[in-house]
Amino acid sequence: MCGIAGILNLGNNPPIERSSLERMIGMLRHRGPDGLGVFVRPQVGLAHSRLSIIDLEGGAQPICNEDRTLWVVFNGEIFNYRELRHDLEQRGHRFSTHTDTEVIVHLFEEKGERCVEELNGQFAIALWDESKQRLFLARDRMGIRPLFYTTHAGRFYFGSEVKAIFAADAGIPRIIDPEVLAEIFTFWMPADRDSVFRGVRQLAAGHWAWVDGVSGIRESEYWDIPLHQVQHSQTKSEDEYAEELRALLVDAVRLQLRADVPVGAYLSGGLDSSAITSMVRRYTNNQLKTFSVTFSDTSYDESREQAEVSAFLGTDHAAVNCTYEDIARVFPAVVWHAETPLLRTAPAPLYLLSRLVRDNGYKVVLTGEGADEIMGGYDIFKEAKIRAFIHRNMQSHLRPLLLKRLYPYLTLSPTGSAAYAAKFFATDAPLDDPFYAHRPRWRTTAWLLPFLRDGLRQTPPRDPVETLDAVYGGKLDGMDFFSAAQYLESKTLLANYLLSSQGDRMAMAHSVEGRFPFLDHRVVEFACQIPPRLRMKVLCEKNILKKAMAGALPTSILTRKKQPYMAPDIASFSGKVGQECLERYMSEEAVADADLFRPTAVRQLIAKCHKGQRQGFRENMAFIGILSAQILHEHYIRNFQSAPFGSDTKIADPN
Amino acid sequence: MQDYATQIKAFIIENFLFNAEGSSLGDDESFLESGIVDSTGILEVVAWIEETFDIRVPDTDLLPENFDTVQRLAAYMRRSAEAQGLHKG
Repeated sequence: MCGIAGILNLGNNPPIERSSLERMIGMLRHRGPDGLGVFVRPQVGLAHSRLSIIDLEGGAQPICNEDRTLWVVFNGEIFNYRELRHDLEQRGHRFSTHTDTEVIVHLFEEKGERCVEELNGQFAIALWDESKQRLFLARDRMGIRPLFYTTHAGRFYFGSEVKAIFAADAGIPRIIDPEVLAEIFTFWMPADRDSVFRGVRQLAAGHWAWVDGVSGIRESEYWDIPLHQVQHSQTKSEDEYAEELRALLVDAVRLQLRADVPVGAYLSGGLDSSAITSMVRRYTNNQLKTFSVTFSDTSYDESREQAEVSAFLGTDHAAVNCTYEDIARVFPAVVWHAETPLLRTAPAPLYLLSRLVRDNGYKVVLTGEGADEIMGGYDIFKEAKIRAFIHRNMQSHLRPLLLKRLYPYLTLSPTGSAAYAAKFFATDAPLDDPFYAHRPRWRTTAWLLPFLRDGLRQTPPRDPVETLDAVYGGKLDGMDFFSAAQYLESKTLLANYLLSSQGDRMAMAHSVEGRFPFLDHRVVEFACQIPPRLRMKVLCEKNILKKAMAGALPTSILTRKKQPYMAPDIASFSGKVGQECLERYMSEEAVADADLFRPTAVRQLIAKCHKGQRQGFRENMAFIGILSAQILHEHYIRNFQSAPFGSDTKIADPN
Repeated sequence: MQDYATQIKAFIIENFLFNAEGSSLGDDESFLESGIVDSTGILEVVAWIEETFDIRVPDTDLLPENFDTVQRLAAYMRRSAEAQGLHKG
């Protein structure tokens, strides 16, 4: 795991300066504190900060091929590198290291850009082809490892994080894009591959790109989640699907345990991380260390379940407790690392968790991330199924009562409020609307838009849903609503929020690498072949995964109602530390300076929050969304500097 | 293809009894009286019937005579499938 950065001259520019590359990679030391490497030619420069996990002695980057015509910097892991290396050696390639990185250059010699199709892994790759004078970039299938880029004054800049790009040249504009901010205030993340910073984009998951001075940037998709290829005629039994899934997951876990350092696991107390942990325990000989977050606020705490699974599986367990004050204290640093407005504080406990992992001497953890998307676990899918059930018989007075299963606090009677509830969850969307599942959430989130100041957005403003439709609408054509919801959730929430703001960026903040067996592309491809009605059987989420884990986990974990992972939002900022945070970032002066939000609206929201009553979803999202945008303004726009929150990580001397 | 009664029994045991050890269900055991399925649960059964067998269930059919035991439900499903021109289980 590492950070990568680089610059390519697109025209007749002065030679690349080493100092620019050093500034860029200096911003990514948290991603790779174990070593630095820089490669400079007049036209191109590559930089790398290394977290050593495989081939601890010989893994310095950039790495080149035999005749030094291909140079690569690489962030991530190629889990099947041993098998690939064996094949390549059979074909006469000579290796000078034992790294997975070197496999990339030799495989590229054989297959060119299509080499990425052979890789089982999580990666962002930058490869310079000296003979063709072209830069090749690629990103893993599900979007686990990040890669951002921009162009400025005839140069192409890229980096694992946006902060590296901004550090390259003070002339690169740093502007919060109001249209993208509006998208985030609708979907939780940008609709497309833009970042919230104008002109800075990411290479999309499952894409590669060629970059050179003649043709510019040309991106191609090499893989997509194959939910559109469901063969509805296939009639395997649930037990057969469960058996196959178990075998694939075991193999994914086996591959992902490959490392020259010990590997731990996150254990939330829920099904997904428990499933992964149990496979590590049952199918490998590793002594397993597990890590979790506990909360002082018991409404978020799952320590009882964590203790139960840990005892059941006999793991060596460590936990970090999280208070309101802890969240308020680390939140600015969390936003600095996430590089995007956040609508929840949920990333903050994960930031504390990765610190716990690091303090215990671990660099690598397996997690259960991705299962909810690919196995069908989210409440948004369940809600859509209930809405569709109501939708199929609009005359029914009884059907809305099923909403009680999802929202037990709704007091529904067949005659009275059931109709009201059905109306609340109704949209004008027909059942074949590709956004059927998501429209209620978007409508709720878009309540945040009026907080943006008048005149901030272009006239007329860009419609967030139209932007998203232009990106994904064609992909969703002809998909059933359940698969469409899964596809969209995987492409947007998972790839552009969970894997980044809660995954890569929070773990990397403390130099920890997350690995995700559920996102092994073989597991994903298999899950897509399970018929939608068996992925969630009536309202039983992750039905096939539960069957696959029967007997391997306590029944209480298998049958437990799914708990969404959340952390206290507004409540975290009510104490002294929280108030200091608000005074710094959300004061009237700060709001006026950032000039993103309506000062009166922000003032009224804060006043409402100060009243101390329990706040609704929307108030919580608005509060955290505005606060995090203000933090971004302070540290990326107004006063951009390296490591504003210091570094918790011990940095090795880079030789 | 298993008959309706077997499939209903398997679904009820899995979905409401969570395959608890030794869980069993008699063909004439009342769902409501035994507390196995509550009134919201009946709607889950309806959703399952629709999603698995394509049988449409109007509100007017949601009566104990049709839904309260394995046997009654199986008979109801046979009648409905026939009336709706669907393949019988």
